[in-house]
Amino acid sequence: MFGPEQGHFALALACVLALVQFAVPLWGANRRDARLVGLAPYLAVSQLIALGYSFLCLVMCAVSDDFSVQNVAANSAVSKPLLYKITGVWGNHEGSVLLWTLILAICGGAVSLFGRNLPDILRGRVLAILGGVSAGFQMFCLLTSDPFDRVFPAPMDGQGMNPLLQDPGLAFHPPILYTGYVGFAVPFAFAVAALIEGRVDAAWGRWVRPWAVAAWCFLTCGIALGSWWSYYVLGWGGYWFWDPVENASLIPWLTGTALVHSAIVVEKREGLKIWTVLLAIATFSFSLSGTFLVRSGILNSVHAFANDPARGVFILALLAIVIGGSLALFAWRAPSLTSTGLFSPISREGSLVLNNILLCSICAVVVTGTMYPPFMQLLAGRTISVGKPFFDAATIPLTLPLLLAMGVGTALPWKRAQLARTFSHLYAAAGIAAIGLVLCFWKLSGVLPIACGALAIWVIAASASDVLRRIGMGHTSAQGVWERMKHLPRSSWGAALAHIGAGITVLGLCGMSQAQHAIVEVHIGETRSLAGDDWTLLDVHDYIGPNYKAMQADIAIRHNGKLVTILHPEKRDFTTQSQTTTEVAIHTNFITDLYGVVGDRHGKGKNTTYVLRLHRNPLAPWMWLGGLVMAIGGAFSLSDRRMRIGAPKRAAARNMARA
Amino acid sequence: MNATRRGILTAVPIIGAGVLGVGFWRMLSDMRSGAFDPRAVKNPNVGKPIPSFAMPGLPGLGDGFTDAELKAQHRPVLVNFFASWCIPCVAEMPGLRAISRNMPIWGIAYEDKPENASAFIQRDGSPYARVASDRHGRVAIDWGVTGVPESFLVAPGGRIIWHGSAALDPQIYEAEIRPRLAGL
Repeated sequence: MFGPEQGHFALALACVLALVQFAVPLWGANRRDARLVGLAPYLAVSQLIALGYSFLCLVMCAVSDDFSVQNVAANSAVSKPLLYKITGVWGNHEGSVLLWTLILAICGGAVSLFGRNLPDILRGRVLAILGGVSAGFQMFCLLTSDPFDRVFPAPMDGQGMNPLLQDPGLAFHPPILYTGYVGFAVPFAFAVAALIEGRVDAAWGRWVRPWAVAAWCFLTCGIALGSWWSYYVLGWGGYWFWDPVENASLIPWLTGTALVHSAIVVEKREGLKIWTVLLAIATFSFSLSGTFLVRSGILNSVHAFANDPARGVFILALLAIVIGGSLALFAWRAPSLTSTGLFSPISREGSLVLNNILLCSICAVVVTGTMYPPFMQLLAGRTISVGKPFFDAATIPLTLPLLLAMGVGTALPWKRAQLARTFSHLYAAAGIAAIGLVLCFWKLSGVLPIACGALAIWVIAASASDVLRRIGMGHTSAQGVWERMKHLPRSSWGAALAHIGAGITVLGLCGMSQAQHAIVEVHIGETRSLAGDDWTLLDVHDYIGPNYKAMQADIAIRHNGKLVTILHPEKRDFTTQSQTTTEVAIHTNFITDLYGVVGDRHGKGKNTTYVLRLHRNPLAPWMWLGGLVMAIGGAFSLSDRRMRIGAPKRAAARNMARA
Repeated sequence: MNATRRGILTAVPIIGAGVLGVGFWRMLSDMRSGAFDPRAVKNPNVGKPIPSFAMPGLPGLGDGFTDAELKAQHRPVLVNFFASWCIPCVAEMPGLRAISRNMPIWGIAYEDKPENASAFIQRDGSPYARVASDRHGRVAIDWGVTGVPESFLVAPGGRIIWHGSAALDPQIYEAEIRPRLAGL
C-alpha cells in the first residue's frame, strides 16, 4: 500500500499532473475559455494529493526500515530513534528535493483554496506557473535524484545518519526554511501572471502581499533556527559564519523583505510596479539558485551535500528555463507597465523606496562576497576566500541608515509629509535613543556596535511610540484607547512588532560583538576566570550512551564567590560513524549566555589535563528571539482582515466588469 | 522615462543572470573535467625552492633524506606526504605504484608512528624510492601541507613546480604531471 514502487508511481503521476496544470490553464486563458481555466485548482489539488502520497510512501519506507531502498539504506539504520527515521527522510539530497516539490505543491493547493477571491484567469495563470515549476523539479527528482531507487541485494542494516543531524532543531529547520524558500514561488507566479496579462494594479499588490509575508515569516524563522542550531550544536561559539549556504538563505531574505515593503507601495499608491514585479522574480530566483547551487558543489561550503556535477548541469538548465524565461518575459513586457503614483521624497512611499535601495544594496554586497571566490578562481585561477571582515565592513554601514529610516518611516504619512510635524511625534523615541546611546557607550566598545546598539533602541522606541500615538495614549481616555486599540489595523500592529523584532535582533548582534572566550587547559579542581566569573572544573566522568561513548565534565561557575550554575558539557564518540560531537552546555538568564565546551584529554593519572572552551556571550538569545518576534509580526499582519476579504473582492468584481 | 530607456533597464536583470549562468556552466563543465576544483588548496610554495629539512628513515626502509639530497637529484622527483591512518592514502597506493614506474616518488610519513608507517607501505609493495619520517609534522608545516595525501613535484635543483592536494592516480599523472616533466 505504501511501498517504494507505489511512491515512485505517485511521483511520476504528480509530474504528469503538474505538466497538465502548466499547459491547460495557460491555453485556456489565451482562448478565454473559462472551463479550461477552471480546471487549474482541481489539477493543483490532485497533484498535491499524488505528491503527498509519494512522500508518505518514502516516510513509510524509512519507518519500516526498508533497506532495499537505496536512500533509506544510505541514511537510516534499525537503531535510529523513530523521530529521526521520519525527519531523516529530508536530511539527505533526494528526500529534501521531494520535500521541496511537496511544499511547492502545498503552495499550489493553498492558492486553489484561499485564492477564491481572485479573478479566475489570474488564478489559472498563477497555478499554471506553479505547475510548470513543479513539473521541472519533479522531473529533476525522477531523473537524477530518485529517492525510491532500489538496491539489490538489500543490506541487513543501513549506514546510519550523521550524528550532528540527530537534533530536534535540525529536524525541523529544513521544512521551515524550505517553506520560506518555496513560498516565494507564489509571488513569483503572481508576477509572471501579471506580466503575461500586462496589468499590475493596486488589487494585484494586495493579493500578492499576504503570500510574500507568509513566505517571509517562514524564511525568517528558518534562518533563525539554523543560526541557533549552529550556535548550540556545532560548539564553535559562533552564530553566523558568512558561509555560502547561509548567504544563500540571507540573499532571498533581503530581497523578500524589500518585496514585502514595495508591495505596500503598489497597493496604496500604485507606484513601484515594475520594481515590485522584478523583486518577486528575483526573490524566487535567488531562493532557487541558493537551494540548488550549493548542491552542485560550485560553492565551497562547510555544509556537505553529495556533490554531483551531472546533477548540477540539469539544475542549471532548469534554472535557466525558470529564471531566464521569467526575466526575458520581464524585459519584454515590463516596459509597458505604467506608474501613476507621484512621489515626494519625504513621505511614507519615499521611506519605503529608501528601504528598498538599502536592502538591495546589502543584498548586492552579500551576492558579490559569495560569488567572488568561485568567479575569481574561474577567471584568474586564484583561490581566495571572502569572510567576515569583508561582510562586516560592507554591510554594517548600510544597516545604520536602514535602522535610522525604520524608525522614521512608519511615522510618515502617505503622499507628502511635513518634517517638523513628523519629528514632533518622534521626540520621545529620540530621547530614549539618546539614553540608549549613553548606555551603549558604557556597555559596548567599538564605534559600530555603539552606533548599531543606539539605533536598534531607536527603532524599538520609535515603533512602540508610533503604535502608542495611534491608539491615542496620553490624549484620550482609557475607554477611548481601548476602542482605538481594537480598531487599529492588525497590519499596523504587525509592522510595529516586526520592526521591534529587528531592533531586538540587532541588539543581540551588538551584544555578541562583545563576546569573550578563553581556551584553557586545566587539571580537575583548577579554576580560571573569564570576564569576572570563576570557572572551576569539578570533575570529569565517562559514560556509555545508546550508540556513543561520552566524556562529561562538570564545570562550576561562580560570580563573586556565589555559585551561578554547574555546566555539564560532553564530548561524544559515535563508534559506527567514527565521528565525534561536542554537546555544548549553555546557561542563560536571557541577558548573558555562559557557554562551555569540553575538548581533548591530555596525559595520564594525576597529570591529566582537559582542554575547555569557555564563552561569555552577552545578549545571545536576543538574536533568535528578535527573529521570532519579526515572524510573529508578519503573522499578525497576515491576520489583518483587509488582506483576506473586502477590498480584493470588490476590486476583482470591478476588474471582471472591465474585462 | 521614455520607453527605450525602460527597455534597456528592464533588460539589465536578464543580462546579469545570463552572465552568472554562463559562469556557473563553465564551472560545472570544468569541474567534470577536473580543471576547476572549488575545494582546491593553493600552496604558496609552488615556484619556490624546497624548505630545508633533515628527517630520519623508517624501520627496515633505509635512512631518511635531507633537502640537500633532494636538491642534488638530476631527475624530477614526486614528493608525497602520506600517513597510515589516512584512508585516501590507502586508496592512493595502487595509483602511486603505477606512477612509480615512470618517475621516482619519495615518501614522507606525516604524524605517524614509524612502525605503523613502515608496515603500511610494505604491505602491498612500496611505491617509494626513498622514505622519511616526519614524526611530529614539523617538516609538513614548512612545506605548507594542509592534510594528507598531498604531493609536490620537485625539479632538479629543488624548485617546487606543482602541488596537488588530492589522492594521485594515473589520470592525474597524465593530465597534470607528465606535461610538466616535458619542460624540464
